[in-house]
Amino acid sequence: MAQAIPAGQKWWSGGKSPFNVEYGKLMMWYFLMSDSFTFGAFLISYGSIRFATNGWPDPNHVFRAFPFMGETNMPLVFVSLMTFILIMSSVTMVLAVAAGHNHDRKKVTFYMILTVIGGLMFLSCQAWEWWHLHSEGAWWGQNPFPNADGSKATTNFTNYFFTITGFHGFHVFSGVVINSIMLIKNLRGDFEKRGHYLMIEKAGLYWHFVDLVWVFVFTCFYLL
Amino acid sequence: MSNEATLHGHAETDLPVHDLHHDEHGVHHHKETFITKYVFSQDHKMISKQFLITGMIWAIIGGMMSVLFRLQLGYPEAHFQFLEDLLGSKWAKGGQIQPEFYYALVTMHGTILVFFVLTGGLSGTFANFLIPLQVGARDMASPMLNMLSYWFFLGASVVMCTSLFIETGPASGGWTSYAPLSALGDANEGSKAGMDYWLISMALFVVSSLLGGLNYISTILNMRTKGMSMTRLPLTIWAILFTAILGVLSFPVLLSGFILLLFDRHGGTSFYLSDIFLTETGKALPNEGGSAILYQHLFWFLGHPEVYIIILPAMGLVSEVMSVNARKPIFGYMAMVGSLFAITVLAFVVWAHHMFVTGLNPFLGSVFVLLTLLIAVPSAIKVFNWLTTLWRGNIRFTPAMLFAIGFVSTFISGGLTGIFLGNSTLDIQLHDTYFVIAHFHIVMGVSGILGMFCGIYHWFPKMYGRYMNNTMSYIHFWITFAGAYLIFWPMHYEGLAGMPRRYLDYSNWISFNQFGDLNRFISTVAMITFAVQLLFVFNFIYSIFKGRRVMDRNPWGSTTLEWTAPIRPGHGNWPGEIPEVHRWPYDYAKDGRDFIPQTEPLGSNESAH
Repeated sequence: MAQAIPAGQKWWSGGKSPFNVEYGKLMMWYFLMSDSFTFGAFLISYGSIRFATNGWPDPNHVFRAFPFMGETNMPLVFVSLMTFILIMSSVTMVLAVAAGHNHDRKKVTFYMILTVIGGLMFLSCQAWEWWHLHSEGAWWGQNPFPNADGSKATTNFTNYFFTITGFHGFHVFSGVVINSIMLIKNLRGDFEKRGHYLMIEKAGLYWHFVDLVWVFVFTCFYLL
Repeated sequence: MSNEATLHGHAETDLPVHDLHHDEHGVHHHKETFITKYVFSQDHKMISKQFLITGMIWAIIGGMMSVLFRLQLGYPEAHFQFLEDLLGSKWAKGGQIQPEFYYALVTMHGTILVFFVLTGGLSGTFANFLIPLQVGARDMASPMLNMLSYWFFLGASVVMCTSLFIETGPASGGWTSYAPLSALGDANEGSKAGMDYWLISMALFVVSSLLGGLNYISTILNMRTKGMSMTRLPLTIWAILFTAILGVLSFPVLLSGFILLLFDRHGGTSFYLSDIFLTETGKALPNEGGSAILYQHLFWFLGHPEVYIIILPAMGLVSEVMSVNARKPIFGYMAMVGSLFAITVLAFVVWAHHMFVTGLNPFLGSVFVLLTLLIAVPSAIKVFNWLTTLWRGNIRFTPAMLFAIGFVSTFISGGLTGIFLGNSTLDIQLHDTYFVIAHFHIVMGVSGILGMFCGIYHWFPKMYGRYMNNTMSYIHFWITFAGAYLIFWPMHYEGLAGMPRRYLDYSNWISFNQFGDLNRFISTVAMITFAVQLLFVFNFIYSIFKGRRVMDRNPWGSTTLEWTAPIRPGHGNWPGEIPEVHRWPYDYAKDGRDFIPQTEPLGSNESAH
């Protein structure tokens, strides 16, 4: 992509891409815009219902478990670890894209493997968290956690939590599938033959988007 | 860069150009079989015809439904034995349409016409057909996704069609499917399995619309031929670009709303439910804390842009056809583009005018009144530009042109009543009456379909290499146009008198008895108008096979690129190089010439446009 751009180039007069990108990348950007509206709608719905409700469970109280630690009180430690893992997988994704720019197939493979592992680790953590909450009696339509002031809380706490983190988890899952396909294509040498690693870049866009969404989901459900 | 890749010259027309994107798909030439040419086609022209014909089938089904419920509304006392024979005793007991069935009919009529005909059928057809041909590309950016877009649309169609035949009937909570009615299977027959089919079908439809929209935007921005700057795009393409942007940004919100609705239906959640006592089962529901208004917000965030998704492509088609047939440049090209843009932006900030009487804060309502009435400005700009395009034009009254002029007429009549309805105070009287039905049918339904007919008549020669029969076309236009006014104009009076929508039978109300004759009149006209649509379908199919052959590449004397392609273009559209563009698309009646094609280089006395 690093072409020299002649001065006075008329970008919009036809015969070339005005953004100097091929169509797939443009489509990915527009898809991400579209998808951000999906998540936006979810989070705004969540916000509107939460503001209309008296009392809400305290996340520090709900999310305080940690695997293999038994009865502990470690508020938000586990979810911080999850977030750290996901953000690290974004870092390895950046490194894979950078390696692609340098046509370094081996490095692309290495970093893509790390990214896929990061995604899988996040999904496993989420699975454990869901399982743990479920074992405490939380599910769609069931909320065992009281409000911060001890009164009975609305089930919309768990309803939104499972729906939105589930929808995000589904995106992470699709991202892991996409990244695995990219990894396989790279192992087969498809990108080397093609002469560029644009597909890695597009998968990267999606992956960063999924991470970015998690930052918002994390903020809305665990911090606020 | 894929864009350069599309500019490779191909020597002969019969060499199919599949390798549009060497960088993504590799080179793969293969022979065209019946399956690859007509069924799993990746050629935008074939996909466009697939959308068109699927849309037409839906239009017949959806139109037929309106005839059925108009029978009921016009003749509430009558017993039509053939209805019972046809539909069975559950839906039409004793030849009378049963209430559940009536609701199913109006729901499916709305869903089918809004989404499957005027969104899938209209945008799908003309975006696919015109974008590559008018911007000068060999095909869409991604022919593969384009094909998938059609197949998701067909999948949605199959699911929706299946729902018509299940035991409890299709969804019947109105095309808006408001919760809690749509969320509770116990509330209504149609809210049982029919509602699930409806939601699944609509989810598939959203995917189809997304795949199509991404493709349209990328193709328009990325694949324009050399010289085709954005301000040299025909207005059809501008309109389709804004339509696609609206779809890509508003449908996902609807999808979110549907996912929450599915959980309310099957997951025991209460996103939309709170404090409900069901008389059907005599039980109070445990759901608490949800908000039915939330669903309306999510729905109308799509629902309002959706009406612009319907009308913008029609506006684009009409602008183009009007300029060609008035033999004049379109008046105020940049104002046309600007007003399309303004409508697109405003479309996202007016949705709550559908909710004035739901208990919305009146102050918030007043904000939405202001924003809603603002839409009158770009709409009026467009109308005046169309009228001034006609002014002193050398008008050729082709069927397409008649439909274009008809569109402007209905858009004005329907638009004016929009100003009534955009006022939250007037809405207290007018909401949920026949006034609303009259308004949106004229401004969106009739205008949309007239725009679509305008496009079909104009581009039919390019699609099939034959002309449609003119006599049948004129009969079709005049009866459709007069019929549409005769059907919907009287409804304004009924609505002003407070006659509510969605009632099965008005004869029980003394105040509405005066409208008995009027209702019968409307029903009769509706049946005649529907019959004329069948004439159009006959004309369409007949002309595909037996119509007069097109012998001239450019039968309408048009400047745009699609008419420089061969009469029956192959996959790849142009044999040899893609033409280069040197001027804007509206050089009609210039320098003593009837028209100057976009491909003609500038003369020494001309400045670039």
